[in-house]
Amino acid sequence: MKRKSFVAENPSILWFLAALALFTIFVTAMSEAAGIGVVSTSFIKTLGKTLCLCLIAVAMDIVWGYCGILSLGHFAFFGLGGYAIGMWLMYARTEIIVTESLSAAAIPPTPEEIHDAVATQIFGVVGTNEFPLIWAFADSLFMQLAFVILVPGLLALVFGWLAFRSRVTGVYLSILTQAMTLALSLYLFQNDSGLRGNNGLSGLQNIPYLGDVPQSMISIAFFWASAVALGLGYVLCAYVVSGKMGSVIRGIRDNESRVRFLGYHVESYKLFVFTLTAVIAAIAGALYYPQAGIINPAEIAPIASIYLAVWVAIGGRGRLYGAVIGAAFVSLLSSWFTGGGAPSIPLGFYTIQWTDWWLVLLGLSFVAVTLLAPQGIGGLFDLIGKKSKSEGAK
Amino acid sequence: MLRATLLVIAFCLALPAQMATAQDSPLQTLLQSQAGEVAKPGRRSVGVVIDALVAETPEGTALFLERWQNKGVFLNENDGLFYYAQKSGDGYELFDIATDAPVGTATKDELTEIRPNGGVRRVIGGALVQFQLSDPDKERRTAALDAILRSPDASQIDPLRASTEGEPDNALRALKERLANLLTARFGASTDDRITAINALSGTMDVDSRAALNQILTKSAAVAPELPQDANIARVLTVGEDISQQDAYAQLVDAGIAPERQTADTIKARLSDNIVDGRVGGIPVGQLSSEENREKAYAALAQAGTVPPLVTDETIQTAINEHAFFETYAESDAAITTAAETALSEVESRVARNQIFDVSLDAISLASIYFLAAIGLAITFGVMGVINMAHGEFIMMGAYTGYVVQQIIPDYTLSLVVALPLAFAVTFAAGVAMERLVIRWLYHRPLETLLATFGISIALQQLAKNIFGTQARPLTSPGWLDGAWVINDVVQIANIRIAIFVLALIFLGLILFVLNKTRLGLEVRAVTQNPGMAASMGINPDRINMLTFGLGSGIAGIAGVAIGLYAKVTSEMGADYIVQSFMTVVVGGVGNVWGTLAGATLIGGLQKGIEWFNPSNTLAAQTYMILFIILFIQFRPRGVVALKGRAAGD
Repeated sequence: MKRKSFVAENPSILWFLAALALFTIFVTAMSEAAGIGVVSTSFIKTLGKTLCLCLIAVAMDIVWGYCGILSLGHFAFFGLGGYAIGMWLMYARTEIIVTESLSAAAIPPTPEEIHDAVATQIFGVVGTNEFPLIWAFADSLFMQLAFVILVPGLLALVFGWLAFRSRVTGVYLSILTQAMTLALSLYLFQNDSGLRGNNGLSGLQNIPYLGDVPQSMISIAFFWASAVALGLGYVLCAYVVSGKMGSVIRGIRDNESRVRFLGYHVESYKLFVFTLTAVIAAIAGALYYPQAGIINPAEIAPIASIYLAVWVAIGGRGRLYGAVIGAAFVSLLSSWFTGGGAPSIPLGFYTIQWTDWWLVLLGLSFVAVTLLAPQGIGGLFDLIGKKSKSEGAK
Repeated sequence: MLRATLLVIAFCLALPAQMATAQDSPLQTLLQSQAGEVAKPGRRSVGVVIDALVAETPEGTALFLERWQNKGVFLNENDGLFYYAQKSGDGYELFDIATDAPVGTATKDELTEIRPNGGVRRVIGGALVQFQLSDPDKERRTAALDAILRSPDASQIDPLRASTEGEPDNALRALKERLANLLTARFGASTDDRITAINALSGTMDVDSRAALNQILTKSAAVAPELPQDANIARVLTVGEDISQQDAYAQLVDAGIAPERQTADTIKARLSDNIVDGRVGGIPVGQLSSEENREKAYAALAQAGTVPPLVTDETIQTAINEHAFFETYAESDAAITTAAETALSEVESRVARNQIFDVSLDAISLASIYFLAAIGLAITFGVMGVINMAHGEFIMMGAYTGYVVQQIIPDYTLSLVVALPLAFAVTFAAGVAMERLVIRWLYHRPLETLLATFGISIALQQLAKNIFGTQARPLTSPGWLDGAWVINDVVQIANIRIAIFVLALIFLGLILFVLNKTRLGLEVRAVTQNPGMAASMGINPDRINMLTFGLGSGIAGIAGVAIGLYAKVTSEMGADYIVQSFMTVVVGGVGNVWGTLAGATLIGGLQKGIEWFNPSNTLAAQTYMILFIILFIQFRPRGVVALKGRAAGD
């Protein structure tokens, strides 16, 4: 008997892709680039960044919602992806500026002179004027793109291998991943880490060799790239959790020992899922930071990874669209509240400023979701689905 | 009118009569015998006056020397005598130089201020020190010793030794002996004296002795065609090993032996100075974008004699081969430098041993802070298995409780006595409330406890920020906790850290007692091992869980007060400790108070150890520590103290 294709088994994928495509085209049509300008360039960037956050949320959903590994370290991979692409963006742009200023001199500059000047320009703020070893390939876009995948992938592979091999599970693994993130961010905070310490990499929104293209066009391009990445990532993740492999992964979540006794090599499955999601997270980061314009070690502090878990939990674990909804909903709501968009509530004796109270609300609503609605927002779809089914049965 | 005139005459007559009394003192007589030298002292010739003064030491010599040095002595042109003078109104008030008693007035024109130059003042100062050293005022003696310490000098040795005998104060006498020894080591008259003094120094480890030894061992780098025979050579430097080729050549350049090497920048500057018709040395400017072509162009210019010839690697190598590089001691006597080297290495190894001890004390103190922060968690996470991400915020709540209490009770000791139990009460209540409202619904879903308590954590953090603001609040420790326990020059520990250590010990004892020796402890252990069985034995698991969680949270509150005393109180202080606390519990081994102790000791010791190797970088220390912990868990996943058997649970 031939198996049904996995898309046919999962009609929700088509629904999701259709919604994503419609949304992307709608936003593009309304953008400044298309001449209408209802949606401002900065808001397009916000939407593009949100799509990247949705992508990492999907990855998080696979690793936590499907495989039961509550990783508190996936934002580290996200940040590493951002750093890898940021190195090229910063190097290439600085090189263009430096070459221009040096060519004004009587004698044309040598390649070494340009290289040294770029180093001084980039690392002057941390008191050095030499390139650290990790910048060896910063002038090659291809190599840095490879690093976006290789560095976080390798880190996840080594870390996961060490952790799963010694059967660290449950909350211990969560704490261990958190420790990894903390170690990485503390390391990057140092000035001699080779990535400009707490200054981070900046000016990433200016894409080299595209100086003449207006930001409105670039923002649309990145918006599309983020949408395509989200679509592809979603389909890939849906494929991974469907079929027999998906069953094994879910089995590990529900009862790891039983799956092991059935003869499956649990560690390999976990390692595969962990590494795959780390790479997806890194790609999301590489698309996110050129839109954000700046990356610094504070971005990969442990708290960021916990927020990631919060998004997925609010959206609904164990369903991919839940992760997307959670990330989009919470991060957009968060920027609405903290950006001063929400009206203050005067209580007579005290006025609630949402910039101050939003985190309190988020924290408490998070407790409420965990206690009262473990299925998250995605659970609502189940209720609707049940209702329509029972109505159809009448 | 006549009366007034008479009065003026009488007054004028009275003045010389008063001055005659001043002339009687032996000091004035002695000074008058050398009046010219006193009035216009010269650096070389002033010694005669000073020697005479020191030899006879008439009354008031010390004060005179001091005033002389500070330009306080005046010559009265009327009678040719010396006075101290002080400006009063239009004129000056005069004082006797022997007794410092007021003796009359004079106008500005009548007085000449005596102004010794810098060299003379130093000579006077040297003579002065011996008077100050035996001054009856203890503070002046201390000041004189400080002055010697600041600018040590050969001439101070004898007065110092002379004043040691009569020194009534024991501490000062010891200081004088030490100083005399230091001075002898550096400036002693004979080699034997100096070596004896240097050997005595090897038993100390204070900064001054080390500085003195290093002064004796001052080295300077030198270069010569051949090693000189007469110099006291510290060591011969091998180029490539002890000294880099670049530095060696720089030394040759500094000594004026070799021409400076052209840098890329100077070459470039020369080239752009010599552009002729778009060409430099025959090479078009457009082709000068490579090092190779630039060197060719420069060589062409050098050939034409426009620029000095290029210093190449070969010329550098030849120049270096032709010279010997070495370090010489400023001290010419080899016996002394050898003794000083031995003494210094002895001192340094003793200092290193003490530093290790000091770092161990630091490590213990850090470990007790981690232990305090983690011990509450050891109960809620270790014994109950509940991940409480808000544990850090309980620490913060405790610290803020201490801060609020200090606002109400101004006495720091009393407020601390009130704050400790109050912090326990507040966080105990918060813990119980949290257990009742949130955690008890999630006992079978540990990962979700983590997230729910994280929600509480961010809500509490923001709440604290809204109430107390973002700036750090002080929690002042009482006066008796300030200061430090100084063991020797290298080892010392702040009292507050000792207090925290004691507090940690008390808690260790208290918790061991509660868990192992009381009914509550028995019930807690029963409920954690098997809630169902415990319930059937008549224990109410709900109540026990509530109390245990409250206890763990309450201890976090007290830890908060202790931590707040030495660190600052901010809304984020809890977050700083939460990851470390979890590490401590996990590394130590879950479910065991001894494990937490082991974990805290390990982590505290490790962090201080790494910091010792790289003291400027605490961030790196934390990074490496976390990496170590990640690796450690590979080999002992259940921690240092692993539970075995049924107690181990799954």
